[in-house]
Amino acid sequence: MLSMRGVSKHFGAVAALTDIDLDVHAGEVVALVGDNGAGKSTLVKILAGVHPQDAGTVNFDGKDVTIHSPVDSIQLGIATVFQDLALCDNLTVVDNLFLGRELGPWRLNEVEMEVQSWKLLRQLSAKIPSVRIAVASLSGGQRQTVAIARSLLGSPKLIILDEPTAALGVAQTAEVLNLVERLRENGLAVIMISHNMQDVKAVSDRVAVLRLGKNNGTFRMKDVSTDDLIAAITGATDNVVTQRAAQAGAAQAGAGETGAAGAGAAAGSDALADEGAQDSRPADWPGEPNEGPGGQGPGGRGPGGGGLPPGQAGSAGQSGPGAAPEEGTVP
Amino acid sequence: MTTNPASPAIPVATDLQDERLIRTEGFKGAVKVGINRVRGGDLGVLPIIVGLLVIWTIFQLLNPFFLSSANLVNLLLESAAVGVIALGIVCVLLVGEIDLSVGSVSGLSAAIVGVTFVKQDWPVGLAILAAIAVGAAIGLLYSFVYTKFGVPSFVITLAGLLGFLGLQLFVLGVEGTINLPFDSFLVWFGQQAFVPVWLSYVLAVLGVAGFFLSQLSLSRQRVKAGLSGRPMRLVVVQTIVLAVILLFAVWYLNQARGVGWMFVFFAALVLVMHYAFTRTKWGRSVYAVGGNREAARRAGISVNRIYVSIFMLCSTFAAVGGILAAGRLAASAQSSGTGDVNLNAIAAAVIGGTSLFGGRGSAFSALLGILVIQSISSGLTLLNLESSFRYMITGLVLLLAVILDAVSRKSRTSHGRA
Repeated sequence: MLSMRGVSKHFGAVAALTDIDLDVHAGEVVALVGDNGAGKSTLVKILAGVHPQDAGTVNFDGKDVTIHSPVDSIQLGIATVFQDLALCDNLTVVDNLFLGRELGPWRLNEVEMEVQSWKLLRQLSAKIPSVRIAVASLSGGQRQTVAIARSLLGSPKLIILDEPTAALGVAQTAEVLNLVERLRENGLAVIMISHNMQDVKAVSDRVAVLRLGKNNGTFRMKDVSTDDLIAAITGATDNVVTQRAAQAGAAQAGAGETGAAGAGAAAGSDALADEGAQDSRPADWPGEPNEGPGGQGPGGRGPGGGGLPPGQAGSAGQSGPGAAPEEGTVP
Repeated sequence: MTTNPASPAIPVATDLQDERLIRTEGFKGAVKVGINRVRGGDLGVLPIIVGLLVIWTIFQLLNPFFLSSANLVNLLLESAAVGVIALGIVCVLLVGEIDLSVGSVSGLSAAIVGVTFVKQDWPVGLAILAAIAVGAAIGLLYSFVYTKFGVPSFVITLAGLLGFLGLQLFVLGVEGTINLPFDSFLVWFGQQAFVPVWLSYVLAVLGVAGFFLSQLSLSRQRVKAGLSGRPMRLVVVQTIVLAVILLFAVWYLNQARGVGWMFVFFAALVLVMHYAFTRTKWGRSVYAVGGNREAARRAGISVNRIYVSIFMLCSTFAAVGGILAAGRLAASAQSSGTGDVNLNAIAAAVIGGTSLFGGRGSAFSALLGILVIQSISSGLTLLNLESSFRYMITGLVLLLAVILDAVSRKSRTSHGRA
């Protein structure tokens, strides 16, 4: 669905992103993690059309696209929840939800918009007393719910959530995680940025780690421990991570691991493999194209040592190209 | 769908289901909400109404002619031209910008009408269209400079203030003043055109009925969709208040010459803009840009297009105001649009309750604000006070209005109303 290749962005003398590759498939939740300043939000802003990238290509839905403006992004079917929420304080909740896509441009259908707003907010079990009050009078968590609700209006194909649970209460966080899973079941692609490893572990299928504006590995959720992730994020045990990435990359090419330093060649072949896989299948194939068409992977060792954690929300077993489509793959 | 799980017997409207929501039902509840709103700094039109009452009382005590029908008829006619300009200022203030050149643009448009209509013998309609087109073009120029180079609007329009004043003098040529013929449509419209008595009542009744029916149908739609309707008694009371005010005003004005068409034209423009601001996608986008420009952009609103439309509207209204002023004066002169026209228009918009900080205000603030400004001006003229006093007092009122704007903004923030 989405594949970014060699994307770079610099602000003045600061290279915010260098040569970033990222793939997201339909029906897949990819967590984007990294320390502060790793470039997560910049990457999101490139996809959302806030800043154009300086170099690299973005392929969306099988077509090479250039996203110059937020309108381009919305029209492609990318909905973004920004970290700073991007709400208009002086407008009411309904106004904000439907901003830019009001019903009845020449005679606003306020009643219908209000009904839909309530439906949407109830779905997220939002605790908002009235949708006719200015957003300024809402708390941080309520605003976040409004921002998330807004991204669901329209019919996006890819939803980007930048720190969706940062300001939310326990119940609301659970609802957002449920929502992310529902989105995946409906065949949408989700990119979720989070600092909360529990949330990341709970819902994502893959984790892409950014470090100082560069790719620092992509991991299958169930293959990786929190410690490994944290190591990749902080770069504390850089050697281990790269070793592991190289190791795993040799073992299962399809896992899409792109080791930062040593595994450059492997990363390249991964990219090709991924593209080949995409071309040969329907774009919205809910299964896991990442398993790769080549015969490199299957015979090797099984993924990780631990096997499948029971009840793990992530994808079910995949040990070879012939693996059955995973659970929750309602097209 | 609308039943509250806690009390399945009584259906609760979808928007009233939150248990923390303080129930404000019926007429009393609505009144309570209104009082709380004022306390929270959401003053609405209250300060203007109070201000108008104070001003009228003072001037009536000083000069009993002030509130006579004849003077009020004049006052309304006088307010139309600057009022239309103030409507344009409301537009730019809503997106958080300003246009300081509206006076010059109105003077230029008066000059264009004078020269083309009188000197070049163009048909009056064509002359008016030409002046309006020039106004729109000026707005286009401003918005081009603003969106392309990012120059602050007050600097652009300050340049425009000087530049178009110069152009006005150039267009008028050596003579400096062009008198418009008294039998022309423009002068008739500005000085002699009054709504027939029967029609003025019909218009007033239509206005009241329109208000009542739209409120009623909105309430019905909401109830049908499972939302809370507006309390019937509140709607009825509001309608009655509106009817009493409108009908009394029409009756009182008809004791003298009646309601001027020019004022009706101004009021109609206000209503049209009110609809555009509140009931169209464009209007919603205007408020969004004024509230949070970046959020509006990320929501997919073409922010530049909004700026273009707003600057063009403002300059066009300025041009229309200039034409009305020329008709009222029966001349276009070098002094047209100079002096206090600029500041009166801006003051009217701000006094009427449109925030200088953007994203807050309504089309009605032009109407209410200009009534305040014109009342002061008319009262001071009746007292035979020199223009020195008029400037000082108008300045003071403007200062009060801006202070009120800033204070109520603070209060809104502390009461969580932004």
